Amino acid sequence: MEMPAPSRDILHKRDRIIDRLRSVLADEHVISDAMETRVYECDALTAYACQPMCVVLPGSTDEVSAVLRICHEEGVPVVPRGSGTSLAGGALPTEDSVVLGVSRMNAVLETDYDNRFIRVETGRTNLSVTGAVEQDGFFYAPDPSSQLACAIAGNIAMNSGGAHCLKYGVTTNNILGVTCVLMDGTVTKIGGPYMDAAGYDWLGLICGSEGQLGIVTEATLRILPKPEGARPVLIGYDSAEVAGACVSDIIKAGVLPVAIEYMDRKVIEVVEDHAKAGYPDCEALLIVEVEGSPEEIEAQLGLIKEIARAHDPIEIRDAEDDEEAARIWLGRKSAFGAMGQINDYMCLDGTVPVSKLPHVLKRIGELSNEFGLDVGNVFHAGDGNMHPLILFDANKPGDLETCEALGAEILKLCVEVGGCLTGEHGVGIEKRDLMHVQFDTADIEAQMRVKDVFDPAWLLNPAKVFPLGASRSRRARAADAA
Amino acid sequence: MFSPRDEKDLSDLVAGATDALAVIGGGTRTVGAPVQGGVLTTSGLSGITLYDPGALTLVAQAGTPVSEIEAALDAENQMLAFEPMDHRTLLDTEGVPTIGGVVGANVSGPRRVQAGACRDFLLGVRCVDGSGTIVKNGGRVMKNVTGYDLARLMCGSRGTLGILSEVGFKVLPKPEATAVLLLTGLTIGEAVKAMASALTSPFEVTGAAHVPVGLDSAPVTMLRLEGFEDSVAYRANQLKARLAAFGPADIERRVEGPENTKAGWAWVRDVAAFAEKTAVWRVSVKASEVEAMLESGIWQTLACDAILDLGGGLVWIGADDAQLSDNANWDGSGSSDRLHGAENLHATLQECMRLTGGHATLVKGPEALRSKVPVFQPEPAPLATLAQGLRRQFDPKGILNPGLMGQ
Ligand SMILES: Cc1cc2nc3c(=O)[nH]c(=O)nc-3n(C[C@H](O)[C@H](O)[C@H](O)COP(=O)(O)OP(=O)(O)OC[C@H]3O[C@@H](n4cnc5c(N)ncnc54)[C@H](O)[C@@H]3O)c2cc1C
Repeated sequence: MEMPAPSRDILHKRDRIIDRLRSVLADEHVISDAMETRVYECDALTAYACQPMCVVLPGSTDEVSAVLRICHEEGVPVVPRGSGTSLAGGALPTEDSVVLGVSRMNAVLETDYDNRFIRVETGRTNLSVTGAVEQDGFFYAPDPSSQLACAIAGNIAMNSGGAHCLKYGVTTNNILGVTCVLMDGTVTKIGGPYMDAAGYDWLGLICGSEGQLGIVTEATLRILPKPEGARPVLIGYDSAEVAGACVSDIIKAGVLPVAIEYMDRKVIEVVEDHAKAGYPDCEALLIVEVEGSPEEIEAQLGLIKEIARAHDPIEIRDAEDDEEAARIWLGRKSAFGAMGQINDYMCLDGTVPVSKLPHVLKRIGELSNEFGLDVGNVFHAGDGNMHPLILFDANKPGDLETCEALGAEILKLCVEVGGCLTGEHGVGIEKRDLMHVQFDTADIEAQMRVKDVFDPAWLLNPAKVFPLGASRSRRARAADAA
Repeated sequence: MFSPRDEKDLSDLVAGATDALAVIGGGTRTVGAPVQGGVLTTSGLSGITLYDPGALTLVAQAGTPVSEIEAALDAENQMLAFEPMDHRTLLDTEGVPTIGGVVGANVSGPRRVQAGACRDFLLGVRCVDGSGTIVKNGGRVMKNVTGYDLARLMCGSRGTLGILSEVGFKVLPKPEATAVLLLTGLTIGEAVKAMASALTSPFEVTGAAHVPVGLDSAPVTMLRLEGFEDSVAYRANQLKARLAAFGPADIERRVEGPENTKAGWAWVRDVAAFAEKTAVWRVSVKASEVEAMLESGIWQTLACDAILDLGGGLVWIGADDAQLSDNANWDGSGSSDRLHGAENLHATLQECMRLTGGHATLVKGPEALRSKVPVFQPEPAPLATLAQGLRRQFDPKGILNPGLMGQ
């Protein structure tokens, strides 16, 4: 992975920069010892790592602003970081950068049930946002599988989704306001505990901007009353096509399940070995979950099973109680971990139109044969967000390269059928160089013009999102101006 | 009037333009500050490009009439869940609302409170920026974080950053049944509390409005439930019990009076009760602030009426000629001029929002008023600077609806 050459000027003045940062933060919150900065050298895309110049852990919006002002004056790149669970290398440092972690900022600032919002510092983990309100019957809807670890900061930057977003939407649909510090230290407050402010949709723009427009320090999030109950049903089919058709029919029928999850044979076999969830022996397995009162659940599941039966399933398995429901989810929830235990894998994240799922699954199978690497499929079928897992052996020379080449082919396929490169993990460095597959030069240019407005010196989160070639002239111009 | 036939035509036209363009869809709204310039309508870019009911996706050219889209969705028993308002009743305008106009102004309706706004259902756009360059963003799939979200930026930017040529949506199945709970005689404060109680229940309320002067002149609070018939019936009874403290609720079921129920919500959605008002504002505010804002705030010294939607999070403020005249002397100016009265009300609403947090936007008013006051809530300095920066990038010639959303 090509990264821009570190600026020698910046590396030269390293000590001065660190001194200046220590003048605005307590000593222990400016980490410069190479042993300690090691923790920050990569995120969950561990194939790429780079030690930053130093790491700062500010404790307030004011401290973030002070740090950014210094970095702006010194022309130092800044890499924002939440919990470092990005799968796209979104938080990968460069050698001449300061990593700014918001993990110390994790307070709940306000909860308001009548107006249905919570205001938190963005270092707070996703799950602990729900944790702060669930005793009162509320929850925060976006639920990435990484929710125990990932921070609201990263969720906003990546516009993260989760298993339940078919019904509840992703981060951008559940956020009301943010405090965002611009690269020059300016603190901006956007939105608040009200809906649809007039003016430009700043929130929409910040969500998914991968830490390149500003550092988000506080967020006002929409919370929802918990449904009365939820229950899954498991449906097995002997072909991907039929399972795909079933998904389409369920959606068309007017039921809106909270989740429709899909697993293929490869994944079923692996999770059976590891989690022993007792899944049926089949080609494709669906887990469909609905919510409501017991009667409502019964009615919705009735309709879903009727549709499922019309497609001649191998098995339909009900959950009679919470324990059985948990068993149905057990395999799905342990899928990524189980796959990780048998192999190294690369997790893709393309989205395709739901109606194209059968075709895409078939093509992925063919590509897998062509490249000689196994691919497992486990994903959110209701919204077409696929997660093909390419299995490879990191110790085998050439395997990673083959895996990356296969990954690129699969993502191109997703775009070809009308989909996109990434549904929830973000572009980061991982898919940066594939942006041209989905976008024309003018489309990428338009996005970079937004970056020009927010961060004219191109210092925030360098080398992510845009192909280096596309941003080269801008970065050079900014460096000259400095 | 310029009326490009397709996107290419639109792109050529904008690339060659040197003078300001006033961009419209169907011309049903007179939003924002008046724009001087040649009128450009996108109504020539018409037609549904793609409709995939099994994927809940619809893509259409920007000039497609909303009615055409709704008819196509209707045939598959689906809908635009954000329930876009039709401005013609309120503004007394003719014309055909287009889907591009809906996106351009992020137009939603009562279901916004539960399902989300127009911007929440937007999957992607194609547009032509102020230099004539065609730009696409997002796409037709439901989850997409590839690159920055310019689609949402375009949504609500009212043509000042680009002229939409195509828009894509996530659509939803139509509910099988609807029920409405009606509570009568509540004060503003009680109504906001009742709506909060309903919205914090697990019963999925998809509409929560309060009209202080209902059809038979008593205050009425409306709560809507939608879904499968049995489920709606169950939830309606549960909700009625939950709200017992606010008085007995009437339950109006769609099976009993479908037209009535639908018409009632269209009436709320289109703010039809304010059709006769001279000036109307749309105020986005924290619901629990509404009582203080009205009862112990504005209504102490200024004459106007209010309708609450979105559980109180949206307040429509309307004033007729007599009320505007009454407000003219509010600042001790001795004036009885209606325009001055409207300015007083406008300034008060925006100042009130600046202090409590929120936005007041003038949506209806004589041109003299719209050219005199900041139609949109002025933004804090850093955001105003960013907005200016974006306009310079996307409209370097300064020809796209100049002045419409402030400088
Ligand atoms: C096992 C596993 C499962 C996962 N499952 C899902 C899933 O189901 N759905 C999903 O969407 N994702 C998933 N992810 C990906 C990842 O968890 C999300 O992208 C998450 O939102 C990242 O949050 P983070 O706090 O760890 O961010 P980080 O990894 O620290 O950073 C992510 C990005 O955010 C930027 N950033 C961080 N903090 C800020 C800030 N304060 N201001 C501005 N920008 C900032 C960073 O620069 C970087 O670009 C998964 C990851 C793992 C490892």
